[in-house]
Amino acid sequence: MIHPEIIVRVTDIAVVAESIKQFTFERVDGGSMPVFAPGAHIVVSMDDQGKLRRNPYSLMSSPSDSTSYQISVLRVVESRGGSAFMHEHVDVGDTMTISHPIDLFPLHATAKRHVLIAGGIGITPFLPMMEVLNESGQVFELHYSMRSRRRGAFLSELERRYGSRVSAEVDDEGGRLDTRKLLIDQPLGTHIYVCAPLPMIDLVFGVARELGWAEENLHREVFLAPPAGTPFYTNLAKSGTTVYVAEHQSLLESIEAAGIDVPYLCRGGACGQCETTVIDFDGQLMHHDIFLTDDENVSGTKIMPCVSRFVGASLTVEL
Amino acid sequence: MAIKSRPVYAGFNVDITAQQHVLALEGQGADALLEKLAGGHPMLERAEILYVATGSDHDAALRALGAANYWLAPTAEALRDRLSEILAHATMCTRLYVAGTEGFIGSIVQLAADFGIANASIIKEFRGSQQRRVQCVHCKGFNDNVTISPFQCVHCDLHLFVRDHFSVRLNAFQGVCINAETPDIIPPSVEMYR
Ligand code: FES
Repeated sequence: MIHPEIIVRVTDIAVVAESIKQFTFERVDGGSMPVFAPGAHIVVSMDDQGKLRRNPYSLMSSPSDSTSYQISVLRVVESRGGSAFMHEHVDVGDTMTISHPIDLFPLHATAKRHVLIAGGIGITPFLPMMEVLNESGQVFELHYSMRSRRRGAFLSELERRYGSRVSAEVDDEGGRLDTRKLLIDQPLGTHIYVCAPLPMIDLVFGVARELGWAEENLHREVFLAPPAGTPFYTNLAKSGTTVYVAEHQSLLESIEAAGIDVPYLCRGGACGQCETTVIDFDGQLMHHDIFLTDDENVSGTKIMPCVSRFVGASLTVEL
Repeated sequence: MAIKSRPVYAGFNVDITAQQHVLALEGQGADALLEKLAGGHPMLERAEILYVATGSDHDAALRALGAANYWLAPTAEALRDRLSEILAHATMCTRLYVAGTEGFIGSIVQLAADFGIANASIIKEFRGSQQRRVQCVHCKGFNDNVTISPFQCVHCDLHLFVRDHFSVRLNAFQGVCINAETPDIIPPSVEMYR
């Protein structure tokens, strides 16, 4: 098995903001949780009426707490099921399967200063980050954009803990992050970390690049939700089998449901780990990832099964 | 022969997005800039040029570029001191360039690292002598501008063979005693790095 798993029990569920629930997991065998670096995420497996779902969530608990993990889940209105399942079907006492921590969004040790930019539920990886930065006496500031205070999970606690190092930009109070102003005067050695919806990441990175920031100092975390779409079949050449991808299922999930392991890290179209060779297709590849280049997309030789889909007569991949 | 551990330098390409350009030039490294900006360039309005001549003569040509700031440093040491002052007050919208010999480039890369500038974000061009900076593995002393091998360590007088491995951390090649078993025999030196 390429992705070792941990069986956990849900020991607490709390509503931490409008449409946001926080889940606490402890190991069923009573053991301690693997150590994780701030910014890491886990993948939670869900058995939704016989359909396998696997969603990534950033760990938000304290890295020094080895007894439990915590994640927070925003109920997405257009959810294809993952967040709705977590909100409606998971109860305290349930048993679930999670992955080991996956570290795609690390803090950079050489930074002189860390600027953290959160959009909505993107706040979660920054909770352990701030704890570690604070304890080690490093310089940081958090800019937290949210639709309304009711949706701003953990804001008051963060303000209490970190004081003026936290600033909130609240949409319905007319607040807006002035990215240019924020980035133009940052001293050398500053790194920015953005965890937010893609348009906000693009905006921040766009302004930073315009101002001449070095690529080495820009970091982002984004999990694109696999979009729903017309069901389709996919032939797996090496495995000699065919899988059916339902409307609300990703290609990756349907391959996994057939018992075939595919390497993954982010499950959100960003890391490149699940890249799969397309052998033949008659139709159109629907690329939804942000990993493949435009040229690669046009060439039609690769697909990222965690988020991308297919429309047409037949698709054969190398798996 | 290419040395794998030896850094490769992409060459001077102006990053037009930068709000401030800081250029550290040593000797013939000045040509990297002069050739690139032959017809003038808008970046010069936001450029700070530091130059140490070390035997070359580009002072007049560099001065004529009309950069926002230009300083002819008396020594590489003085240039680095001034550069430190500039970087201490610089923002992330600054781009650092360095051109000159390998030893000089390495010293600027090390200095920049103290300010949190990643090696990869520095624009570099190698110019001038292939001479090497060599650390004696026996006394740990550094020898600058080595052009022959073997050579005599200026610190401990051992005769050192220059190995083809460059340490980024030390910003130096390694020199190893060539006649430890036969101290009476001193092999002839050959000019290797002009
Ligand atoms: S798992 Fe990261 S791109 Fe698919």
